Amino acid sequence: MVVPGTLLAEGRYNAGVNVYKEDDKFFSSVVGLAELRNETVTVIPLRGCYIPFVDDVVIGKVVEVISTAWMLDIRSPWQGVLFAKEFLSKPLNTMKEDARSYLDIGGMVKAKVMAFDRTRNPSLTTREPELGKIQRGTVIEADPTRVPRIIGKKGSMINLLKKESGCQIFVGQNGRVWIAGKSRDEEAVVAEAIRKIEAEAHTTGLTDRIQEYLVKHRV
Amino acid sequence: MTNQIIPSVKRKQIIELAESGKRTDGRSLTDMRPVEIQTNVIEKAEGSATVRLGDTYVIAGVKFAIGDPFPDIPNDGVMSVSAEFVPLASSEFETGPPDENAIELARVVDRGLRESKLLDTSKLCIIPGKKVWIAWVDIFILDHRGNLMDAAALAGLSALLTSKMPKAEVSGEEVKVTEEFVPVPLRAIPVNVTMAKIGDKLFVDPSLEEEEVMDCRLSVAFAEDDQKQEKICAMQKGGSGTLTPEELLRAVEIAKVKSQELRKHLPSGGK
Amino acid sequence: MEKKKLITDDGIRYDGRKLDELRPIKFQIGTLKNADGSAYVEWGRTKILVGVFGPRESHPKHLALADRCYIRARYHMAPFSVEERKSPAPSRREIELSKVMREALEPAIFAEFFPRTTIDIFAEVLQADGSTRCAAISAASLALTDAGVPMRDLVSSMAVAKVEGKLVLDVIDQEDKQGDSDMPMAIMPSKNVITLIQMDGLLTHEEFIQSVELAKKGCMEVYAKQKEALEEHFKKTMDREEV
Repeated sequence: MVVPGTLLAEGRYNAGVNVYKEDDKFFSSVVGLAELRNETVTVIPLRGCYIPFVDDVVIGKVVEVISTAWMLDIRSPWQGVLFAKEFLSKPLNTMKEDARSYLDIGGMVKAKVMAFDRTRNPSLTTREPELGKIQRGTVIEADPTRVPRIIGKKGSMINLLKKESGCQIFVGQNGRVWIAGKSRDEEAVVAEAIRKIEAEAHTTGLTDRIQEYLVKHRV
Repeated sequence: MTNQIIPSVKRKQIIELAESGKRTDGRSLTDMRPVEIQTNVIEKAEGSATVRLGDTYVIAGVKFAIGDPFPDIPNDGVMSVSAEFVPLASSEFETGPPDENAIELARVVDRGLRESKLLDTSKLCIIPGKKVWIAWVDIFILDHRGNLMDAAALAGLSALLTSKMPKAEVSGEEVKVTEEFVPVPLRAIPVNVTMAKIGDKLFVDPSLEEEEVMDCRLSVAFAEDDQKQEKICAMQKGGSGTLTPEELLRAVEIAKVKSQELRKHLPSGGK
Repeated sequence: MEKKKLITDDGIRYDGRKLDELRPIKFQIGTLKNADGSAYVEWGRTKILVGVFGPRESHPKHLALADRCYIRARYHMAPFSVEERKSPAPSRREIELSKVMREALEPAIFAEFFPRTTIDIFAEVLQADGSTRCAAISAASLALTDAGVPMRDLVSSMAVAKVEGKLVLDVIDQEDKQGDSDMPMAIMPSKNVITLIQMDGLLTHEEFIQSVELAKKGCMEVYAKQKEALEEHFKKTMDREEV
């Protein structure tokens, strides 16, 4: 485990995520687990907010409606902007229609990050299949740094969750997870399993323990 | 001032000039700007002084009032220093209560004056535990052209050095202020020297332009008693940069030399 | 007030410590649920809770900086934290300490990663018994780490005082009141740079140089405690071998 300022390596390497370089030295900028792969030093963070990347699919919550766009909390330092034309696939006639009749404050949306460079708010779109307003199911919040563990290597964990629970599950890159099952009880079991994954993210034998848990609590 | 975006071109120019020991206004890195001190400029104040440090312009006034002592030091008078960044001094200053910069300035100047034991507060007692003199030192920034810390400290000090103190007469529990004045009981004299760190260089008495691009600043006050004994009496780092331990020690060396230079400008005591 | 002798001839202090000995210091991470990052410290009898929010959208919007994150810090003392009730309104001392606390932490934060956002650092002093600014700064750097804010280093802080002619580390109230000088310092330990230095009281030039050395030693001890607390808190989520 490393902390901000821990010296990770010295010499000819590349600085990966959460690593910074000073002269020939590489230091961690966060608390996390250091890794060296293909000459690149990276740190897997144990804590942190979601930083948007283009093509990430996230689950946003509407926090503000402006005349032709919605502002979405995507659990990042910057709110996402969803313009009407990216949501409705047509311009919004503000003289005749109210943006809120389509999507109101508190609404949840599955959206893709179209553009982001930190100088402007990330812009979002739902103009692709599978994206759009969330109509049913549950949305829970997990630590964004745990998303890779909830998905698992090549989707192993998420597939296990889906298979054992029979629920539809989608993990947003920002740590919001959508769960839709036949009953609320089914959804609750998945939510609890995800809590477990979050808490024990970097322990061995996690997949087996989650399987056991799901079998034991099958609704 | 946090909202200012650092003009990177200016910073580069200042750093490159400093490589050959020069500054944009022609000074060397250790030169102070010209110092001009005028005292007794406000007749209604018991002590007053204006200080011009280059174009930076500051006024300080001292007023004495009778008040209650602090419960933990019942036999000592009180000195209170405050600073006001009046709006006419800079487009950056706003009306309203003192902001963190004004408060920091006042408190650093206050610590310099207080910790040097400049004012012998034990002689400011009128009735032990009940009535003491309070020396109010009010510093007004009139034109902000850099290094307010040193200008303000000099103004406060000069006003106190040339101040007189009203005389009180006690009969029983009654306190009467007479028409007479007595000298202010003074001891060691503190002089503050501020340096800005820009890149890896220290700039004595930074101008406004230098302050805008600095990494951080360090103020060091040296007190000198009547035996000519010198001691450090206050220090403050400001700004969000860092100092290496070597830079810190070097800054203190510089301050020691520069404080001696500044002493030559001080008004002689009005005792 | 009667002045009690605070240091014995053998160099033992009022509370039994040696001159360069710290009080027991214990940091705890993640003590608050709402804050994005938090830390609690017990530093002798000094008790401080720090919460960090952000980076988040700047409110009000005019605070937003185009090229970096706006960092706001508040050092605040609870009315019951001191002998005589303190008014909850921020005093001039608290306003100054808020500023120096921010400036002690800012050099460590990669503020340029988060333009137009704000990070809030709130330190509540629940009980004050000396070294509150050092404790607040050290705990705040852990709360920032807990929030996952990218940083160059931790920030560790310690004060040196001169009491009865001797330089001592980590003063308690009594020593502070009777001390001749007080010098809080903060460093980024793995960079060996100073992010906070303040001093008041009288020190000779030589004493000052010794004080800087002693403060550094104290800061490094705090740094060890900070790292210990981080390990203890985060090892719960992992048993993977360390890299």
